[in-house]
Amino acid sequence: MRIVVSEAAFDFGAEAADFATGRTDMGAIVTFTGVVRDTGTDALEAMEIEHYPGMTETALADIAERATARWSLGDVLVIHRYGRLVPGEMIMMVATAARHRRDAFEAAEYLMDYLKSRAPFWKREITAEGSGWVVARDEDEKALDRW
Amino acid sequence: MDVLYFAWVRERIGLPRETVETDANTVAGLVEQLRAREDRYAAAFSDVSALRVAVDQELSDFDASLDGVREVAFFPPMTGG
Repeated sequence: MRIVVSEAAFDFGAEAADFATGRTDMGAIVTFTGVVRDTGTDALEAMEIEHYPGMTETALADIAERATARWSLGDVLVIHRYGRLVPGEMIMMVATAARHRRDAFEAAEYLMDYLKSRAPFWKREITAEGSGWVVARDEDEKALDRW
Repeated sequence: MDVLYFAWVRERIGLPRETVETDANTVAGLVEQLRAREDRYAAAFSDVSALRVAVDQELSDFDASLDGVREVAFFPPMTGG
């Protein structure tokens, strides 16, 4: 299991290749990457992500451990950035390795659902008109009921 | 103990962290004391249903005990991912 919380950009290709390489017992590797997206009515200039140093790492490790306990996983990778990001930049990625794809896909979805509302990150959108905190969506909270 | 604020809670109160001397037994008791301090605290804590709390860096509840606690953090619902 590897957890990375960093301001710096990560190399998705290199991380995915590194995660997937050298395993002979894992038949399935799933990766998910979140990208800063411009969908508002005002053009998004940047996204600022605040986090809770110390708790963030513990919370991500806890979520990854729960996934490992629930599905048959060979490995888990979580990378999440903070600081100022512009549209098109990658915010985060998760990767799961499992013997079979169902475990890898479900564990990746579980990680994403919990990352959304149980990891201490807060996003702020900056547009030409001003800035505002992203409000947590009810659907994201409800998504946890599934698990 | 150390009290930390994040996102709009930090903005409303005007600081990211402070040391608070308190005799409150629970998080809710601490919130009551903070609220009584100044308008900016009253504004930040006007609706605790809009807030989340972490006690010693673990998500917790407003009725959690403060016995032996070193750090309490208040923040809005998280928006990671």
